[in-house]
Amino acid sequence: MSRAFLAILSRDLTVAARAGGGGELALVFFLTITVLVPFALGPDLNLLSRIGPAILWLGALLSVLIGLDRLFQSDEEDGSLDLIRASALPLELAVLAKGLAHWLTTGLPLALASPLLGLLVALPGEGVLPLIATLLVGTPALSFIGAAGAALAAGLRRGGLIVPVLVAPLTVPVLIFGVSAANAALGGTVPFLTPFLILCAISLAAIVVGTIAAAAALRQAD
Amino acid sequence: MASLIDLANPTRFMRFSAKLLPWLAAVAALLVVAGLYLAWFKAPADYQQGETIRIMFIHVPAAWLAMMFYSMMAVSALGTLVWRHPLADVAQKAAAPIGASFALICLITGALWGKPMWGTYWVWDARLTSVLVLLLIYLGIIALWRVLDEPSRAARAVAILTLTGFVNVPIIKFSVDWWNTLHQPASVFRMGGPAIDGSMLWPLMILAAGFTLFALCLHMVAMRAEIMRRRVRTLTILEAERLDRLAAQGVPA
Repeated sequence: MSRAFLAILSRDLTVAARAGGGGELALVFFLTITVLVPFALGPDLNLLSRIGPAILWLGALLSVLIGLDRLFQSDEEDGSLDLIRASALPLELAVLAKGLAHWLTTGLPLALASPLLGLLVALPGEGVLPLIATLLVGTPALSFIGAAGAALAAGLRRGGLIVPVLVAPLTVPVLIFGVSAANAALGGTVPFLTPFLILCAISLAAIVVGTIAAAAALRQAD
Repeated sequence: MASLIDLANPTRFMRFSAKLLPWLAAVAALLVVAGLYLAWFKAPADYQQGETIRIMFIHVPAAWLAMMFYSMMAVSALGTLVWRHPLADVAQKAAAPIGASFALICLITGALWGKPMWGTYWVWDARLTSVLVLLLIYLGIIALWRVLDEPSRAARAVAILTLTGFVNVPIIKFSVDWWNTLHQPASVFRMGGPAIDGSMLWPLMILAAGFTLFALCLHMVAMRAEIMRRRVRTLTILEAERLDRLAAQGVPA
Protein backbone atom coordinates (compact mmCIF):
# COMPACT_ATOMS: atom_id res chain seq x y z
CA MET A 1 0.00 0.00 0.00
CA SER A 2 2.61 2.51 1.06
CA ARG A 3 4.88 1.38 -1.78
CA ALA A 4 2.22 2.25 -4.33
CA PHE A 5 1.69 5.58 -2.55
CA LEU A 6 5.40 6.36 -2.65
CA ALA A 7 5.61 5.22 -6.26
CA ILE A 8 2.94 7.73 -7.35
CA LEU A 9 4.59 10.44 -5.27
CA SER A 10 8.06 9.85 -6.68
CA ARG A 11 6.70 9.51 -10.22
CA ASP A 12 4.95 12.86 -10.00
CA LEU A 13 8.05 14.48 -8.53
CA THR A 14 10.16 13.00 -11.32
CA VAL A 15 7.73 14.14 -13.99
CA ALA A 16 7.68 17.62 -12.49
CA ALA A 17 11.48 17.74 -12.38
CA ARG A 18 12.08 16.41 -15.90
CA ALA A 19 9.09 17.56 -17.94
CA GLY A 20 8.99 21.03 -16.41
CA GLY A 21 6.15 23.43 -16.80
CA GLY A 22 4.86 22.81 -13.26
CA GLY A 23 6.72 24.31 -10.32
CA GLU A 24 9.06 26.61 -12.24
CA LEU A 25 6.20 28.10 -14.20
CA ALA A 26 4.32 28.84 -10.97
CA LEU A 27 7.44 30.51 -9.55
CA VAL A 28 7.89 32.67 -12.64
CA PHE A 29 4.21 33.61 -12.53
CA PHE A 30 4.56 34.51 -8.83
CA LEU A 31 7.50 36.77 -9.68
CA THR A 32 5.60 38.36 -12.57
CA ILE A 33 2.57 39.22 -10.44
CA THR A 34 4.74 40.65 -7.67
CA VAL A 35 6.52 42.80 -10.23
CA LEU A 36 3.26 43.98 -11.80
CA VAL A 37 1.77 45.26 -8.55
CA PRO A 38 4.18 48.19 -8.01
CA PHE A 39 3.53 49.27 -11.60
CA ALA A 40 -0.18 49.38 -10.86
CA LEU A 41 0.05 50.99 -7.41
CA GLY A 42 3.05 53.22 -7.93
CA PRO A 43 6.48 52.60 -6.35
CA ASP A 44 5.59 54.01 -2.92
CA LEU A 45 7.66 51.83 -0.56
CA ASN A 46 5.60 52.67 2.55
CA LEU A 47 2.39 51.61 0.86
CA LEU A 48 4.03 48.49 -0.60
CA SER A 49 5.47 47.38 2.72
CA ARG A 50 2.08 47.83 4.37
CA ILE A 51 0.26 45.66 1.84
CA GLY A 52 3.26 43.42 1.07
CA PRO A 53 1.97 40.27 2.80
CA ALA A 54 -1.36 40.62 0.96
CA ILE A 55 0.38 41.01 -2.42
CA LEU A 56 2.56 37.97 -1.83
CA TRP A 57 -0.35 35.85 -0.64
CA LEU A 58 -2.45 36.85 -3.63
CA GLY A 59 0.46 36.11 -5.97
CA ALA A 60 1.00 32.69 -4.38
CA LEU A 61 -2.72 31.88 -4.62
CA LEU A 62 -2.90 32.79 -8.31
CA SER A 63 0.33 30.90 -9.04
CA VAL A 64 -1.10 27.74 -7.48
CA LEU A 65 -4.33 28.18 -9.45
CA ILE A 66 -2.84 28.54 -12.94
CA GLY A 67 -1.23 25.11 -13.12
CA LEU A 68 -4.03 23.18 -11.45
CA ASP A 69 -5.86 21.98 -14.57
CA ARG A 70 -2.84 19.82 -15.48
CA LEU A 71 -2.94 17.98 -12.14
CA PHE A 72 -5.12 15.12 -13.39
CA GLN A 73 -5.58 16.04 -17.04
CA SER A 74 -2.20 14.80 -18.27
CA ASP A 75 -2.76 11.50 -16.46
CA GLU A 76 -6.18 11.24 -18.02
CA GLU A 77 -4.74 11.87 -21.48
CA ASP A 78 -1.95 9.29 -21.35
CA GLY A 79 -4.13 6.70 -19.64
CA SER A 80 -2.21 6.45 -16.37
CA LEU A 81 -5.29 7.66 -14.50
CA ASP A 82 -7.10 4.50 -15.58
CA LEU A 83 -4.23 2.41 -14.22
CA ILE A 84 -4.33 4.30 -10.93
CA ARG A 85 -8.09 3.78 -10.74
CA ALA A 86 -7.69 0.07 -11.43
CA SER A 87 -4.90 -0.47 -8.90
CA ALA A 88 -5.37 -1.85 -5.39
CA LEU A 89 -4.40 1.46 -3.84
CA PRO A 90 -7.50 3.32 -2.63
CA LEU A 91 -8.13 6.27 -4.93
CA GLU A 92 -8.11 8.62 -1.93
CA LEU A 93 -4.50 7.67 -1.16
CA ALA A 94 -3.54 8.11 -4.81
CA VAL A 95 -5.07 11.60 -4.74
CA LEU A 96 -3.25 12.31 -1.48
CA ALA A 97 0.03 11.33 -3.15
CA LYS A 98 -0.66 13.51 -6.17
CA GLY A 99 -1.78 16.45 -4.04
CA LEU A 100 1.31 16.10 -1.88
CA ALA A 101 3.52 16.01 -4.97
CA HIS A 102 1.72 19.09 -6.28
CA TRP A 103 2.38 20.92 -3.02
CA LEU A 104 6.04 19.84 -2.93
CA THR A 105 6.57 21.16 -6.46
CA THR A 106 4.38 24.27 -6.25
CA GLY A 107 3.44 25.45 -2.76
CA LEU A 108 6.74 24.68 -1.09
CA PRO A 109 8.91 26.50 -3.69
CA LEU A 110 6.52 29.47 -3.57
CA ALA A 111 6.84 29.68 0.22
CA LEU A 112 10.61 29.38 0.07
CA ALA A 113 10.86 32.04 -2.65
CA SER A 114 8.65 34.50 -0.79
CA PRO A 115 11.43 36.22 1.23
CA LEU A 116 13.20 37.09 -2.00
CA LEU A 117 10.03 38.55 -3.48
CA GLY A 118 9.43 40.24 -0.12
CA LEU A 119 12.41 42.46 -0.95
CA LEU A 120 10.57 43.75 -3.99
CA VAL A 121 7.63 44.92 -1.89
CA ALA A 122 9.81 46.19 0.98
CA LEU A 123 8.56 43.61 3.44
CA PRO A 124 9.95 44.51 6.91
CA GLY A 125 12.51 42.02 8.30
CA GLU A 126 10.36 40.89 11.21
CA GLY A 127 7.59 39.92 8.76
CA VAL A 128 9.68 37.51 6.68
CA LEU A 129 9.64 34.40 8.87
CA PRO A 130 5.91 34.66 9.70
CA LEU A 131 5.14 35.09 6.00
CA ILE A 132 7.08 31.94 5.10
CA ALA A 133 5.33 30.11 7.94
CA THR A 134 1.84 31.14 6.80
CA LEU A 135 2.61 30.17 3.20
CA LEU A 136 4.05 26.83 4.33
CA VAL A 137 0.96 25.85 6.30
CA GLY A 138 -1.54 27.60 4.00
CA THR A 139 -0.53 26.41 0.53
CA PRO A 140 -1.41 22.73 1.21
CA ALA A 141 -5.02 23.90 1.56
CA LEU A 142 -4.76 25.52 -1.90
CA SER A 143 -3.29 22.36 -3.43
CA PHE A 144 -6.00 20.11 -2.03
CA ILE A 145 -9.00 22.39 -2.62
CA GLY A 146 -7.52 22.79 -6.08
CA ALA A 147 -7.20 19.02 -6.50
CA ALA A 148 -10.95 18.69 -6.01
CA GLY A 149 -11.56 21.30 -8.72
CA ALA A 150 -8.97 19.75 -11.03
CA ALA A 151 -10.53 16.31 -10.62
CA LEU A 152 -13.92 17.69 -11.66
CA ALA A 153 -12.44 19.02 -14.88
CA ALA A 154 -10.18 16.02 -15.61
CA GLY A 155 -10.72 14.86 -19.15
CA LEU A 156 -12.20 18.15 -20.30
CA ARG A 157 -10.78 19.43 -23.55
CA ARG A 158 -11.63 23.02 -22.76
CA GLY A 159 -11.21 22.90 -19.01
CA GLY A 160 -8.31 25.33 -18.77
CA LEU A 161 -10.09 28.32 -17.32
CA ILE A 162 -12.87 26.57 -15.48
CA VAL A 163 -10.69 25.14 -12.69
CA PRO A 164 -9.60 28.53 -11.27
CA VAL A 165 -13.20 29.76 -11.57
CA LEU A 166 -14.46 26.80 -9.53
CA VAL A 167 -11.65 26.82 -7.01
CA ALA A 168 -11.08 30.52 -6.31
CA PRO A 169 -14.29 31.16 -4.28
CA LEU A 170 -13.49 28.21 -2.03
CA THR A 171 -10.04 29.57 -1.23
CA VAL A 172 -11.36 32.78 0.34
CA PRO A 173 -10.94 31.56 3.98
CA VAL A 174 -7.33 30.52 3.30
CA LEU A 175 -6.58 33.97 1.91
CA ILE A 176 -8.30 35.76 4.82
CA PHE A 177 -6.50 33.91 7.58
CA GLY A 178 -3.20 33.64 5.73
CA VAL A 179 -2.99 37.38 5.19
CA SER A 180 -4.30 38.26 8.64
CA ALA A 181 -1.67 36.01 10.29
CA ALA A 182 1.10 37.47 8.13
CA ASN A 183 -0.13 40.99 8.97
CA ALA A 184 -0.49 40.22 12.66
CA ALA A 185 3.24 39.54 12.83
CA LEU A 186 3.88 43.09 11.61
CA GLY A 187 2.00 44.55 14.56
CA GLY A 188 -1.71 44.98 15.01
CA THR A 189 -4.39 44.12 17.49
CA VAL A 190 -4.55 40.35 16.90
CA PRO A 191 -1.79 38.06 18.18
CA PHE A 192 -0.05 36.07 15.41
CA LEU A 193 -0.97 32.66 16.77
CA THR A 194 -4.79 33.04 16.58
CA PRO A 195 -5.21 33.36 12.80
CA PHE A 196 -2.18 31.11 12.27
CA LEU A 197 -3.77 28.20 14.13
CA ILE A 198 -7.05 28.70 12.25
CA LEU A 199 -5.03 28.61 9.02
CA CYS A 200 -3.47 25.31 10.14
CA ALA A 201 -6.95 23.96 10.87
CA ILE A 202 -8.26 25.05 7.45
CA SER A 203 -5.32 23.31 5.80
CA LEU A 204 -5.91 20.06 7.68
CA ALA A 205 -9.63 20.16 6.88
CA ALA A 206 -8.92 20.94 3.22
CA ILE A 207 -6.54 17.98 2.95
CA VAL A 208 -9.30 15.65 4.17
CA VAL A 209 -12.25 17.19 2.28
CA GLY A 210 -10.27 17.89 -0.89
CA THR A 211 -8.88 14.36 -1.05
CA ILE A 212 -12.29 12.76 -0.58
CA ALA A 213 -14.01 15.11 -3.03
CA ALA A 214 -11.31 14.71 -5.68
CA ALA A 215 -11.37 10.92 -5.39
CA ALA A 216 -15.17 10.95 -5.69
CA ALA A 217 -14.95 13.19 -8.76
CA LEU A 218 -12.36 10.93 -10.41
CA ARG A 219 -14.53 7.87 -9.77
CA GLN A 220 -17.45 9.56 -11.51
CA ALA A 221 -15.35 10.60 -14.48
CA ASP A 222 -15.22 7.23 -16.24
CA MET B 1 -42.20 9.75 1.08
CA ALA B 2 -44.16 7.36 -1.12
CA SER B 3 -45.09 10.27 -3.38
CA LEU B 4 -41.45 11.31 -3.75
CA ILE B 5 -40.56 7.82 -4.93
CA ASP B 6 -43.48 7.79 -7.35
CA LEU B 7 -42.26 11.08 -8.76
CA ALA B 8 -38.88 9.50 -9.52
CA ASN B 9 -40.47 8.47 -12.79
CA PRO B 10 -40.08 11.51 -15.09
CA THR B 11 -43.34 10.77 -16.90
CA ARG B 12 -45.27 10.77 -13.63
CA PHE B 13 -43.47 13.95 -12.64
CA MET B 14 -44.50 15.63 -15.90
CA ARG B 15 -48.12 14.65 -15.40
CA PHE B 16 -48.17 15.60 -11.72
CA SER B 17 -46.41 18.93 -12.22
CA ALA B 18 -48.69 19.87 -15.11
CA LYS B 19 -51.66 19.54 -12.76
CA LEU B 20 -49.99 21.23 -9.81
CA LEU B 21 -48.42 24.19 -11.59
CA PRO B 22 -51.52 26.39 -12.22
CA TRP B 23 -52.63 26.06 -8.60
CA LEU B 24 -49.17 26.72 -7.24
CA ALA B 25 -48.82 29.76 -9.51
CA ALA B 26 -52.21 31.11 -8.47
CA VAL B 27 -51.46 30.82 -4.75
CA ALA B 28 -48.02 32.34 -5.28
CA ALA B 29 -49.51 35.30 -7.19
CA LEU B 30 -52.15 35.81 -4.51
CA LEU B 31 -49.59 35.78 -1.71
CA VAL B 32 -47.15 38.06 -3.55
CA VAL B 33 -49.87 40.61 -4.39
CA ALA B 34 -51.27 40.53 -0.86
CA GLY B 35 -47.79 40.71 0.64
CA LEU B 36 -46.73 43.60 -1.58
CA TYR B 37 -49.94 45.49 -0.73
CA LEU B 38 -49.36 45.03 2.99
CA ALA B 39 -45.70 45.90 2.67
CA TRP B 40 -46.22 49.02 0.58
CA PHE B 41 -49.42 50.47 2.08
CA LYS B 42 -50.07 48.92 5.48
CA ALA B 43 -46.69 48.35 7.09
CA PRO B 44 -45.49 51.44 8.98
CA ALA B 45 -42.34 53.28 8.00
CA ASP B 46 -39.50 52.42 10.37
CA TYR B 47 -38.87 54.95 13.15
CA GLN B 48 -35.18 55.06 12.25
CA GLN B 49 -34.90 53.97 8.64
CA GLY B 50 -38.07 55.62 7.32
CA GLU B 51 -39.47 54.43 4.02
CA THR B 52 -36.30 52.60 2.99
CA ILE B 53 -37.33 49.77 5.31
CA ARG B 54 -39.63 48.62 2.51
CA ILE B 55 -36.61 47.35 0.59
CA MET B 56 -36.37 44.74 3.34
CA PHE B 57 -39.54 43.02 2.11
CA ILE B 58 -37.75 42.09 -1.14
CA HIS B 59 -34.23 41.85 0.20
CA VAL B 60 -34.80 39.40 3.05
CA PRO B 61 -36.91 36.81 1.15
CA ALA B 62 -34.37 36.93 -1.70
CA ALA B 63 -31.58 36.22 0.77
CA TRP B 64 -33.49 33.32 2.32
CA LEU B 65 -34.28 31.86 -1.10
CA ALA B 66 -30.67 32.17 -2.28
CA MET B 67 -29.62 30.02 0.67
CA MET B 68 -32.66 27.74 0.48
CA PHE B 69 -32.04 26.92 -3.16
CA TYR B 70 -28.41 26.16 -2.44
CA SER B 71 -29.43 23.84 0.39
CA MET B 72 -31.93 22.20 -1.92
CA MET B 73 -29.17 21.73 -4.49
CA ALA B 74 -26.99 20.11 -1.83
CA VAL B 75 -29.81 17.67 -1.01
CA SER B 76 -30.28 17.00 -4.72
CA ALA B 77 -26.53 16.39 -4.97
CA LEU B 78 -26.88 13.69 -2.32
CA GLY B 79 -29.81 12.36 -4.33
CA THR B 80 -27.59 12.14 -7.41
CA LEU B 81 -24.59 10.59 -5.71
CA VAL B 82 -26.13 8.37 -3.04
CA TRP B 83 -29.62 7.38 -4.14
CA ARG B 84 -29.15 7.81 -7.91
CA HIS B 85 -32.55 9.45 -8.00
CA PRO B 86 -33.28 10.07 -11.71
CA LEU B 87 -34.79 13.51 -11.12
CA ALA B 88 -32.23 14.74 -8.60
CA ASP B 89 -29.82 16.13 -11.17
CA VAL B 90 -32.66 17.68 -13.16
CA ALA B 91 -33.76 19.44 -9.96
CA GLN B 92 -30.19 20.48 -9.26
CA LYS B 93 -29.58 21.87 -12.73
CA ALA B 94 -32.87 23.76 -12.78
CA ALA B 95 -32.23 25.25 -9.34
CA ALA B 96 -28.82 26.80 -10.03
CA PRO B 97 -29.86 29.80 -12.20
CA ILE B 98 -32.84 30.52 -9.93
CA GLY B 99 -30.69 30.48 -6.81
CA ALA B 100 -28.10 32.64 -8.53
CA SER B 101 -30.79 35.16 -9.52
CA PHE B 102 -32.01 35.45 -5.94
CA ALA B 103 -28.46 35.90 -4.70
CA LEU B 104 -28.07 38.70 -7.26
CA ILE B 105 -31.40 40.29 -6.27
CA CYS B 106 -30.32 40.11 -2.64
CA LEU B 107 -27.01 41.83 -3.42
CA ILE B 108 -28.59 44.54 -5.59
CA THR B 109 -31.41 45.40 -3.17
CA GLY B 110 -28.88 45.27 -0.36
CA ALA B 111 -26.70 47.77 -2.19
CA LEU B 112 -29.68 50.07 -2.84
CA TRP B 113 -30.63 49.85 0.85
CA GLY B 114 -27.05 50.29 1.99
CA LYS B 115 -26.55 53.59 0.16
CA PRO B 116 -29.10 55.63 2.21
CA MET B 117 -28.50 53.72 5.47
CA TRP B 118 -24.76 53.13 5.59
CA GLY B 119 -23.75 55.78 3.06
CA THR B 120 -22.20 53.26 0.69
CA TYR B 121 -23.32 50.70 -1.86
CA TRP B 122 -20.82 48.13 -0.75
CA VAL B 123 -18.70 47.32 2.27
CA TRP B 124 -16.49 44.28 2.71
CA ASP B 125 -18.62 43.08 5.58
CA ALA B 126 -18.77 39.38 6.43
CA ARG B 127 -22.42 38.87 5.46
CA LEU B 128 -22.15 40.78 2.18
CA THR B 129 -18.91 39.08 1.25
CA SER B 130 -20.18 35.59 1.97
CA VAL B 131 -23.28 36.19 -0.16
CA LEU B 132 -21.04 37.43 -2.98
CA VAL B 133 -19.01 34.23 -2.64
CA LEU B 134 -22.29 32.29 -2.80
CA LEU B 135 -23.07 34.01 -6.12
CA LEU B 136 -19.60 33.11 -7.42
CA ILE B 137 -20.11 29.47 -6.42
CA TYR B 138 -23.48 29.47 -8.18
CA LEU B 139 -21.83 30.85 -11.32
CA GLY B 140 -19.10 28.21 -11.09
CA ILE B 141 -21.73 25.48 -10.86
CA ILE B 142 -23.59 26.84 -13.89
CA ALA B 143 -20.29 27.07 -15.77
CA LEU B 144 -19.45 23.44 -14.95
CA TRP B 145 -22.89 22.36 -16.23
CA ARG B 146 -22.11 24.13 -19.49
CA VAL B 147 -18.65 22.67 -20.13
CA LEU B 148 -19.54 19.02 -19.54
CA ASP B 149 -21.45 17.66 -22.52
CA GLU B 150 -22.70 14.38 -21.16
CA PRO B 151 -25.61 15.07 -18.74
CA SER B 152 -25.07 12.19 -16.31
CA ARG B 153 -21.34 12.84 -16.03
CA ALA B 154 -21.96 16.56 -15.59
CA ALA B 155 -24.57 15.81 -12.91
CA ARG B 156 -22.15 13.85 -10.75
CA ALA B 157 -19.32 16.34 -11.17
CA VAL B 158 -21.61 19.23 -10.28
CA ALA B 159 -23.00 17.29 -7.31
CA ILE B 160 -19.51 16.97 -5.85
CA LEU B 161 -18.82 20.66 -6.41
CA THR B 162 -22.17 21.58 -4.82
CA LEU B 163 -21.48 19.56 -1.69
CA THR B 164 -17.97 21.02 -1.39
CA GLY B 165 -19.33 24.55 -1.76
CA PHE B 166 -22.00 23.94 0.87
CA VAL B 167 -19.53 24.93 3.61
CA ASN B 168 -20.32 28.53 2.65
CA VAL B 169 -24.02 28.38 3.63
CA PRO B 170 -23.52 28.09 7.42
CA ILE B 171 -20.87 30.79 7.11
CA ILE B 172 -23.49 33.15 5.59
CA LYS B 173 -26.06 32.26 8.22
CA PHE B 174 -23.76 32.82 11.18
CA SER B 175 -21.53 35.52 9.69
CA VAL B 176 -23.47 38.25 11.48
CA ASP B 177 -22.99 36.47 14.81
CA TRP B 178 -19.35 35.51 14.37
CA TRP B 179 -18.08 38.83 13.03
CA ASN B 180 -19.27 42.05 14.53
CA THR B 181 -19.48 44.11 11.37
CA LEU B 182 -21.85 46.55 9.71
CA HIS B 183 -24.70 44.20 8.78
CA GLN B 184 -27.34 43.87 11.46
CA PRO B 185 -27.60 40.58 13.40
CA ALA B 186 -30.33 38.01 12.77
CA SER B 187 -33.72 39.39 13.77
CA VAL B 188 -36.29 36.85 12.57
CA PHE B 189 -34.96 33.33 13.00
CA ARG B 190 -33.12 33.61 16.30
CA MET B 191 -33.20 32.29 19.85
CA GLY B 192 -35.96 34.00 21.79
CA GLY B 193 -38.26 34.71 18.84
CA PRO B 194 -38.33 37.44 16.20
CA ALA B 195 -37.12 40.88 17.18
CA ILE B 196 -39.21 42.79 14.67
CA ASP B 197 -42.73 44.05 15.27
CA GLY B 198 -45.79 42.15 14.04
CA SER B 199 -46.81 44.98 11.72
CA MET B 200 -43.67 44.33 9.69
CA LEU B 201 -43.22 40.64 10.41
CA TRP B 202 -46.56 39.67 8.87
CA PRO B 203 -46.04 41.26 5.46
CA LEU B 204 -42.51 39.88 5.47
CA MET B 205 -43.69 36.35 6.18
CA ILE B 206 -46.48 36.51 3.59
CA LEU B 207 -44.09 37.83 0.97
CA ALA B 208 -41.50 35.23 1.89
CA ALA B 209 -44.09 32.49 1.45
CA GLY B 210 -45.26 34.04 -1.84
CA PHE B 211 -41.72 34.37 -3.23
CA THR B 212 -40.94 30.81 -2.14
CA LEU B 213 -43.97 29.43 -3.99
CA PHE B 214 -43.11 31.60 -6.99
CA ALA B 215 -39.55 30.25 -6.95
CA LEU B 216 -40.87 26.70 -6.71
CA CYS B 217 -43.07 27.40 -9.75
CA LEU B 218 -40.05 28.64 -11.69
CA HIS B 219 -38.15 25.61 -10.53
CA MET B 220 -40.85 23.24 -11.69
CA VAL B 221 -41.09 24.93 -15.10
CA ALA B 222 -37.33 24.78 -15.47
CA MET B 223 -37.35 21.10 -14.49
CA ARG B 224 -40.03 20.35 -17.08
CA ALA B 225 -38.01 22.19 -19.72
CA GLU B 226 -34.90 20.23 -18.77
CA ILE B 227 -36.72 16.89 -18.96
CA MET B 228 -38.06 17.78 -22.39
CA ARG B 229 -34.61 18.94 -23.50
CA ARG B 230 -33.19 15.56 -22.49
CA ARG B 231 -35.94 13.74 -24.33
CA VAL B 232 -35.17 15.72 -27.47
CA ARG B 233 -31.49 14.89 -27.01
CA THR B 234 -32.23 11.17 -26.65
CA LEU B 235 -34.53 11.21 -29.68
CA THR B 236 -31.89 13.03 -31.74
CA ILE B 237 -29.27 10.45 -30.77
CA LEU B 238 -31.63 7.56 -31.58
CA GLU B 239 -32.50 9.12 -34.93
CA ALA B 240 -28.83 9.65 -35.75
CA GLU B 241 -28.11 6.01 -34.87
CA ARG B 242 -30.98 4.85 -37.04
CA LEU B 243 -29.72 6.87 -40.01
CA ASP B 244 -26.25 5.49 -39.35
CA ARG B 245 -27.55 1.94 -39.50
CA LEU B 246 -29.48 2.64 -42.67
CA ALA B 247 -26.44 4.21 -44.28
CA ALA B 248 -24.42 1.13 -43.33
CA GLN B 249 -26.97 -1.02 -45.11
CA GLY B 250 -26.63 1.16 -48.18
CA VAL B 251 -30.03 2.81 -47.97
CA PRO B 252 -29.82 6.51 -48.89
CA ALA B 253 -31.08 8.74 -46.03
